[in-house]
Amino acid sequence: MSDISRVKPFRSPTDEAPLARWSLTIGVIALLCILLYAPLAVVFTEALAKGAGAALKSLTKSEASSAIRLTLTVAAVVLPLNAGFGVAAAWAITKFDFRGKAFLITLIDLPFSVSPVVAGLCLVLLFGANSTLGGWLVASGHPVIFALPGIILASLFVTFPFVARELIPVMIEQGRAEEEAALTLGAGGWRVFRTVTLPKIRWALLYGTLLCNARAMGEFGAVAVVSGKIRGQTATMPITIEMLYNEYLSVAAFTLAAVLALLALVTLTLKTALEWRYADQLAATHRH
Amino acid sequence: MTRPLLQRSPMPGFGLSMGITLTMLSLVVILPIGALLFKGAEFGVANIWQVVNSQRVWTALFLSFRLSLLAALINLVFGVALAWVLVRYDFPGKKLIDASVDLPFALPTAVAGIALTTLYAPNGVFGHLAQTLGTKIAYTQWGILIALIFVGLPFVTRTVQPVIEEIEQEVEEASATLGAHRLMTLRRVILPMLAPAALTGFALALARSVGEYGSVIFIAGNLPLKTEIAPLLIVIRLEEFDYNAAAAIGIAMLVIAFTMLLVINIVQIFSRRRIGLV
Repeated sequence: MSDISRVKPFRSPTDEAPLARWSLTIGVIALLCILLYAPLAVVFTEALAKGAGAALKSLTKSEASSAIRLTLTVAAVVLPLNAGFGVAAAWAITKFDFRGKAFLITLIDLPFSVSPVVAGLCLVLLFGANSTLGGWLVASGHPVIFALPGIILASLFVTFPFVARELIPVMIEQGRAEEEAALTLGAGGWRVFRTVTLPKIRWALLYGTLLCNARAMGEFGAVAVVSGKIRGQTATMPITIEMLYNEYLSVAAFTLAAVLALLALVTLTLKTALEWRYADQLAATHRH
Repeated sequence: MTRPLLQRSPMPGFGLSMGITLTMLSLVVILPIGALLFKGAEFGVANIWQVVNSQRVWTALFLSFRLSLLAALINLVFGVALAWVLVRYDFPGKKLIDASVDLPFALPTAVAGIALTTLYAPNGVFGHLAQTLGTKIAYTQWGILIALIFVGLPFVTRTVQPVIEEIEQEVEEASATLGAHRLMTLRRVILPMLAPAALTGFALALARSVGEYGSVIFIAGNLPLKTEIAPLLIVIRLEEFDYNAAAAIGIAMLVIAFTMLLVINIVQIFSRRRIGLV
């Protein structure tokens, strides 16, 4: 009996040596601490550097509150448009067979490979005051660049593929049989969509919209180019963070940053909850 | 007989859904990019080349590309290691760490930018540490590299993780039975299986880094010829109302991005073929 205790613990041939395993785990977590968790923590410590009172007071200044209002407005316009587009694109792509489908998907994915600054540049060239279209728009009193429409267009550009990309794989996997059955039973197009398709894709739709929201509220590069950074008018939260930071108003900048960081944490929490709860109804690439 | 443009289908709503799709696509993506290309055509290839061929632009483009490549390579190694640890090992807080990997996707780039700068500036925690060691991180190319590693961090992990989950352990057992050492199994059996997914993640991280602006400009210091990235140069030209030069640099960046995607797609097709997928 006493012999057994001296036998080395069994290690499966498909496991790494404990020493390798632990050093890899600790190494990876240490790097995450330096690269991810430390920056996240510093946002909150800098915001609270002069106490919670100073932080809260900076949020009530007109600069911060108008930035928050603008960012919420942009998100409120971008989200429904993006969700509507995503559902329409996914419906057209997954329910019909047509030539050029792969090309269409490539075009929808295009914004992911274009730099946000280049996206902003494109919008300035199309709608800026010195272009034909832009000149006419400015003359008629509806400027796009250095105004709200430009910020919305820039946010739409950078978030463009989010919902469609999430829905397309889910809807391909679900097939068309149930919709076809509903049609045979006499349901109209809208009814099929509302009662058959929508319940199947609602969590994927929410997931895509969640990611879209995080990006829309946090976009900096594309918005910086088209917004003109007019205080109280076209400065979104990230733009205001930049302006405050460059004016060495550290507490104000980091407090506004902390609000966005909290939003990011809420987004991550909701996203993870959706992945755990509705894994089977999200795109096949998401695991857990 | 050629395939019809649209196969007949009992499904309703083709006109409506396709109409919405094409309208949005045109208004938001195609028309703006078309405006850039049109501006470029108007300006002329020779003029574009003249703008891009200046030392300042060339240095900025090369800097963006070189540091993005380096950051994506570091993320490739780190991402595979992280995915392996998250799938194969058990330790307290694993689910929390797994969820936090997507933080760079969720955290706005400007927030990441000022946070990283605060940490790595000479009076920050890590920056001070670096200074006692006699180096500087923020306001040098090292700072840009750190920011680019940050923004590209989740890509490789998220593409590789599902592949590791699907590896059947029998393959590893077979390799062990045939006498392979664990390291040899990892190198000869596991890594080739992960390669296509890892490459996808690498490509996504690279594409993201080359165009990255928000997280980089705070930490970069933005010295011409030293720490000035290509997107910043576009912003500077726009602020000078030099739309032609801005468009020329923008077109150069588009060309670089698409060439990279093309090369990576070709490499990917080969690597998939080599291990017998597809």
